[in-house]
Amino acid sequence: MKARVLIRPKAGILDPQGAAVERALPALGFTGITQVHVGRLVELEVEDASQLEEICRTLLANPLIEDYEIQERANPAARS
Amino acid sequence: MRFGVVQFPGTCDDRDAVLACERVEGAEAVLLWHGDRSLDGIDAVVIPGGFSYGDYLRVGAIARFSPVMQSVIAFASDGGPVLGICNGFQVLCEAGLLPGALLPNVGLRFVCRQVGVEVVNAHSPFTRACERGQILSIPVKHTTGRYYAPDVKLEGMQAHGQIVLRYAHDGNPNGSSNDIAGVTNEAGNVMGLMPHPEHAVDPLTGSEDGLTLFASMALGAPARA
Repeated sequence: MKARVLIRPKAGILDPQGAAVERALPALGFTGITQVHVGRLVELEVEDASQLEEICRTLLANPLIEDYEIQERANPAARS
Repeated sequence: MRFGVVQFPGTCDDRDAVLACERVEGAEAVLLWHGDRSLDGIDAVVIPGGFSYGDYLRVGAIARFSPVMQSVIAFASDGGPVLGICNGFQVLCEAGLLPGALLPNVGLRFVCRQVGVEVVNAHSPFTRACERGQILSIPVKHTTGRYYAPDVKLEGMQAHGQIVLRYAHDGNPNGSSNDIAGVTNEAGNVMGLMPHPEHAVDPLTGSEDGLTLFASMALGAPARA
């Protein structure tokens, strides 16, 4: 099974990377954009999806500072 | 007194840490390879700075699973003194031996400069050769040094004397909560700090204030023939 794990800074923790992106947007003419946060996307293929939760907790994310979201996606029909 | 200095792939301050340890009278230092479980009969562990395992994924995240860290965790649980410097601090937080985490500097830039570091607690095994309120001149060099712990945790740490070092003179280089530069665990035998005391051990490079931390660790350690 293919899975995606989205990892983002926890709400309330200062995210300078998101803030830098947010500050850059008006310079390019984009307006009305707030709450920009930058995180990570990890894609993986797992045989046993029940491991994902522990994988996230122990390695992929640091739960003290990051939230994670697991998106499981069944393998699409075999394509050649 | 025998120090063990951990060497991960990507560690770069190990030789300076060995030099700093060996400047303490009566002390010797050995390198501990990340793939070995043996701690080689040492009395104290130093986890130096650098980029363990490339810091891929997240700083310190992968190093904590190395064989040597399993022994360091057991050593710390038995009360053995463990000092983590910069990347070593990040590794100790990831390993759960220290509270909190290190986040990217608030300015997003690599910061490399001499800072004043105030000794807030001079009773810890890492600062007992210092005086409370003493300002140490020690360099920082990091991109991910913003100490974070939830407010309620910080209050508990404050009450237990776990906040040992703070950036002085409004010189917080990274946006750390409460100007925190160095903390211990609740038992007091594990400490992490972002400044590099091992780079401040010779007047030639501007300061030898860093030596007091290594000297503190040697106080009360068993003498060796």
